Amino acid sequence: MITTNQKTLPSFTPLVSSLSLSPEGDLAAKLNLFLAHPHTTNTKLKPKCLNFQALTSISSYSYPQVKKMGIRFDLFLLSVAILWAPVLSDLVLSKVDRRIDLTSQSVRVTSTLKVENAGTNPVSEVLLAFPDHHAKNLAYLTAITNEGKGKTKGSTVSLPVEVVHPKGMPPALTWYSLSLLKELGKGESVTLDVVAIFTHTLRPFPEEITQAETQLVVFQDSAFYISPYVVKVQSLSVKLPEPKVESYTKLENTKISGSEIKYGPYENLPSFSYTPIAIHFESNKPFAVAQELVREIEISHWGNVQVTEHYNLIHGGAQSKGEFSRLDYQARPHVRGASAFRNLVAKLPPRAHSVYYRDEIGNISTSHLWGDSKKTQLEIEPRYPMFGGWRTSFTIGYGLPLQDFLFQSEGKRFLNISFGCPMNEVVIDNLIVKVVLPEGSGDISVSVPFPVKQWQEAKLSHLDLVGRPVVVLEKTNVVQEHDQHFQVHYKFNNLSLLREPLMLISGFFFLFVTCIIYMHADLTISKSSASYVAKLQWDEVQAAIQQVQNIINRCLTIHDKLEASLRDLSRTGDVQACKAARKAADSYLKELSKELKPLLAFLQSSPQAAQILPKVEDLIAKERELQERLMLKHSTVVDCYEKKLGGREIENRVSSIQQKVTALRQEVDDLLEIIDEI
Amino acid sequence: MAALENPKGSTLRNAFGNVLSLFILLLIGILAFSIRLFSVIKYESVIHEFDPYFNYRVTQYLTKNGIYDFWNWFDDRTWYPLGRVIGGTVYPGLTLTAGTLWWILNSLNIPLSVETVCVFTAPIFSAIAAWATYLLTKEVKGTGAGLTAAALLAMVPSYISRSVAGSYDNEAVAIFALIFTFYLYIKTLNTGSLFYATLNALAYFYMVCSWGGYTFIINLIPMHVLLCIVTGRYSSRLYIAYAPLVVLGTLLASLVPVVGFNAVMTSEHFASFLVFIIIHVVALVYYIKGILPPKMFKVAVTLVVSVGLVVCCAVIAVLVALVASSPTKGWSGRSLSLLDPTYASKYIPIIASVSEHQPPTWPSYFMDINVLAFLVPAGIIACFLPLSDASSFVVLYIVTSVYFSGVMVRLMLVLAPAACILSGIALSEAFNVFTRSIKFQLPGISGNSETDAGDAGSGSIVTQNDAVKTDKNQDTVKERPSRKNKKKEKEIVEKASIKSQIEKRLLVLPLEASVLAIFLLVLLGAFYVVHCVWAASEAYSAPSIVLTSYSQDGLHVFDDFREAYAWLSHNTEVDDKVASWWDYGYQTTAMANRTVIVDNNTWNNTHIATVGTAMSSPEKAAWEIFNSLDVKYVLVVFGGLVGYPSDDINKFLWMVRIGGGVFPHIKEPDYLRDGQYRIDSQATPTMLNSLMYKLSYYRFVETDGKGFDRVRRTEIGKKYFKLTHFEEVFTTHHWMVRIFKLKPPKNRIRGKTKKSKLKASSTTSSKRSGTRKKNPWH
Repeated sequence: MITTNQKTLPSFTPLVSSLSLSPEGDLAAKLNLFLAHPHTTNTKLKPKCLNFQALTSISSYSYPQVKKMGIRFDLFLLSVAILWAPVLSDLVLSKVDRRIDLTSQSVRVTSTLKVENAGTNPVSEVLLAFPDHHAKNLAYLTAITNEGKGKTKGSTVSLPVEVVHPKGMPPALTWYSLSLLKELGKGESVTLDVVAIFTHTLRPFPEEITQAETQLVVFQDSAFYISPYVVKVQSLSVKLPEPKVESYTKLENTKISGSEIKYGPYENLPSFSYTPIAIHFESNKPFAVAQELVREIEISHWGNVQVTEHYNLIHGGAQSKGEFSRLDYQARPHVRGASAFRNLVAKLPPRAHSVYYRDEIGNISTSHLWGDSKKTQLEIEPRYPMFGGWRTSFTIGYGLPLQDFLFQSEGKRFLNISFGCPMNEVVIDNLIVKVVLPEGSGDISVSVPFPVKQWQEAKLSHLDLVGRPVVVLEKTNVVQEHDQHFQVHYKFNNLSLLREPLMLISGFFFLFVTCIIYMHADLTISKSSASYVAKLQWDEVQAAIQQVQNIINRCLTIHDKLEASLRDLSRTGDVQACKAARKAADSYLKELSKELKPLLAFLQSSPQAAQILPKVEDLIAKERELQERLMLKHSTVVDCYEKKLGGREIENRVSSIQQKVTALRQEVDDLLEIIDEI
Repeated sequence: MAALENPKGSTLRNAFGNVLSLFILLLIGILAFSIRLFSVIKYESVIHEFDPYFNYRVTQYLTKNGIYDFWNWFDDRTWYPLGRVIGGTVYPGLTLTAGTLWWILNSLNIPLSVETVCVFTAPIFSAIAAWATYLLTKEVKGTGAGLTAAALLAMVPSYISRSVAGSYDNEAVAIFALIFTFYLYIKTLNTGSLFYATLNALAYFYMVCSWGGYTFIINLIPMHVLLCIVTGRYSSRLYIAYAPLVVLGTLLASLVPVVGFNAVMTSEHFASFLVFIIIHVVALVYYIKGILPPKMFKVAVTLVVSVGLVVCCAVIAVLVALVASSPTKGWSGRSLSLLDPTYASKYIPIIASVSEHQPPTWPSYFMDINVLAFLVPAGIIACFLPLSDASSFVVLYIVTSVYFSGVMVRLMLVLAPAACILSGIALSEAFNVFTRSIKFQLPGISGNSETDAGDAGSGSIVTQNDAVKTDKNQDTVKERPSRKNKKKEKEIVEKASIKSQIEKRLLVLPLEASVLAIFLLVLLGAFYVVHCVWAASEAYSAPSIVLTSYSQDGLHVFDDFREAYAWLSHNTEVDDKVASWWDYGYQTTAMANRTVIVDNNTWNNTHIATVGTAMSSPEKAAWEIFNSLDVKYVLVVFGGLVGYPSDDINKFLWMVRIGGGVFPHIKEPDYLRDGQYRIDSQATPTMLNSLMYKLSYYRFVETDGKGFDRVRRTEIGKKYFKLTHFEEVFTTHHWMVRIFKLKPPKNRIRGKTKKSKLKASSTTSSKRSGTRKKNPWH
């Protein structure tokens, strides 16, 4: 703790010393006292922003003390204000109207400032001040002015805002400067609407609740508008989600009506006026915080923009403690589990298709999708109701028609798509938007309406060779108001579209060509080697034997035909037909024996066939014998028929031949099998 | 001149036949793949059930960390505090396959997630398995039978049940490996090529990598070899088919860490070595027979046989001595329960507790192989006409697999390919006979020669036409001297065809009968297809982690398991330990990424018994057991609210039985009333005080006021009670998963702590005594 004090002292000394110069010396003493006060040694103190932070952070858990110390601090600020007032330009805020909207988890402060130039020099910029501890949670700041004199018809123009570090200002304030569109001359005035949105500013108090308790949050701010300028008239109204207020700081002119608390009007306050107020109220709005959201927008020129969003969600409200009883939750979900949220609604662009909602272990079935021509709404329920401090992660993906988002101008294409998350209530701590452009696009530029960190990557996917250029945009503290359109300009040649199909086609083509080549090529290394030659010869021999076998088989078929003709004969008695069959068979057999000759000659000449030759010759001889016998049988039978002999007689005559034929047939078949085996 | 015309016509016809069969095969592959996509279409692309989640997790690890880390992976997120050596205890085939697929796709820049690859691995491999079936059956009975068998296998429900998209389990690739190994064995047997023998050993290696069922191969093939030798069918081809497989296969198998020295030391492999010796003796006998004159041979035979017998006896004696020295006789529990179906239920409740290890019922045969059950006998008969080496193998395969499937319902999976092959043969032969009869008797064609009738060949499967050709066409088949292996392949087919041709000439049935028979066969086939599609779409596609039910107001989805796992993974500390019954271990580690005490790899019975004991103990004792295991959350599955029958209360008897098996103070009779587990008012006080009862029914009565359990269809016995040592932290939407947290111990006054310490020490000592008991499982 001592070290904390030592660190803060150096930064604080100038202030103290300057204070001691001021007429109200005892105040400085008070401040010193305050510094020595035991509360300052609290662990929650942040060294750098002691003067504002000190009190507010103490109050975050010793809340009643705020009221006591607030007044003291107020005085201190007054003194500071008096001290610095002359330094600034002569602007005067003639009317300040602040409306703080606390109905959601982010704090929306809308201030209407009427700025008047009371000095002589024309002024072109207006300074806005926010306490550091608020400013670090500042998500969004915009100032709008109504152009044109006519009050009704003024087109709203937002003014450029930038962070400045003016010198000689009290520390622990962050400064933003608004550049006016035209200089403000003497006595002129302009009305500005400043919208500031803060996240993580509502603190749950108590920080841990059970399932049955409702969630209470504390909001702290100043009742007066902190400004380097003198404020003539100001008022503040705070809108709460429900009319249930635990407590609030009561100042003069404080009114509460329903869910709205009003402070003011206060008049003629010097610059840097500060009065802390704290409001402790019930808020059961979903405190959905996406700690990280990665949106990947992938453009396919085949007609689709694929958006994939990876959420890492946490319930940022009061931590849940103790039991979670499903029974209680199911019986009375609004009482037992009031602070939990069970669903979120994503507003997707119209004509979104192929929507999916899943996490790393699969599809999440609790979602509904409906839509019309203007929007598509996706209601998603996490797998379990989200209680305080519970986390979940999931992925949403959808496809969008390309023509709705991709346009062309000046030879370049540009993607025009929304930046933020499609769910309104979600506050995003860290948003990463990746725009994946098609492979081969170049000349990339990005225009985003607010400052973001950006760099480029490459992503390899779907048969890419060099990778697709990816524009990565990173922004912290993103709220609903950031859901504006941004543009990515790039150049892309349509011919590149054909690259991947062509690659596939040529890939398969070459595959088939290699197959064909492989099937046809003889990949033997040495063509003259003995074994190779022998193999070739053996192949030839085998082919020859095969042919021989076939011829024999055909012979056998003809034999069968002859037999069949004999059977026909016995049935019909038509001798002529039988003779004709015999003739045909004769001629066939002759042809076959002619065919057989060269084959046999080849086999005899080939050395490889030496071992198989005897069998083949045997086979042929047997077949010939069989043939002869069969012919003999045939002619005998025909003869008999011509002589009109009886059936018994024919059988007697033929039977001996028939026996031989069957035996031979058996032998031939056996031989064929043996040759087959070889 | 006809001779000139014919070759051209027949080559064209031949080529057409080949292209057609290729096309049919392609369609069969597509059919096999797409019939398994019902689960993706009806549900989602997600990993199914229990074991696939483990395989998925291992694959994720493999793709993330590479192969070397995978081999050395010591998993500390399971079996806390023991851990598990994954690399050495897992069959790596499946994960390596999917990992390789993923790696190839990613190196081609096709960004598919590991999950997608894992989901679709099984359908892809079933398509490949169908092709392997084609090859195997073609070797046995020709192309027609091959195509029929492939088509049957592509949609056999038994195989579908294990290989729908998402069912990322070992069996998905193992069945392919099994069939392909058999194919290569038959191929080697038919060709006698050493090349195929080597491939066969490699395929066997892949099978060993993939599934513990490889022991089926290493026992079936020796049986077949022995059968061949005994029936006098020994040839050099048989030797080439068998000897390299044993030598190379055993060497390769011992390279797989999970098998290691088991490949030579366990009884499952001894049959192969024994047959290895026998085949060498036989080979020697044949060799001597070849070089010696008959007289000398007789002398030599007596010599060799006597020496061989002595050697055999010596080896067997050594083996018997070795085996007898080990308590389980060298057999693993699962194998023993195969040989003796009552073994598991007697000695190893943990094996008996798994539903897929139960013997099947008759309806499950009809459910799983449907009409194939009736076709198989016909196929067996067809295999005997004529009996070749290959067809005898198929017959042996079906006979053994029928036995095994009768012991364990899970082994129905091994039966399915055999049934498909035999039914394919039967159908193909039947079509062959009928269409030939029809063609023979049709008026226009019958004028032609009889042999032409053979042309009609395979009827509905046209592609057999290259096999069954007229004699005229056959000379052209061999016109072009093509590759050696191709030629051999064809020769065999032709040989068969010539033989069958001769017989076919005699078999002609009446026209009307054959038309009717064909019609009935087609009807049978259609019935089979309808049944398969129904089985694939309705019976076997549910991923079981997400359940659906139809009621009057539409579809209800019960996604409670993932709800609970997602809650665990996002809302608890990374190192928290979750205790649940072992069924949910794999899912918890994979989906919730939390450390579990026990999981589905039931390697340590004592540890499971500890959890079982805790679940069946009263709250305080359970708290002490869990606390000693560093458990922070206890997960129970409870179906009483929605009527989900396979919840923890229904599994409770196994917790008691397994727990009681190791820790004797858990006595099953304490939980039984009239021999039944009851949770209604009749339940025993031990039951009503058990942790499982309390966690399941905590505040259940408040849902409907009566506490009516929809699974047990009764009101619960003890309705109002409080938990003192546990608190409810999460319950899912339909109450199917309830997660409780162990409360931190309360401060106590001194006297009491002493007492509890005493108790704690007594429980630990009892546990120790429990662990000392010999565990029959390991």
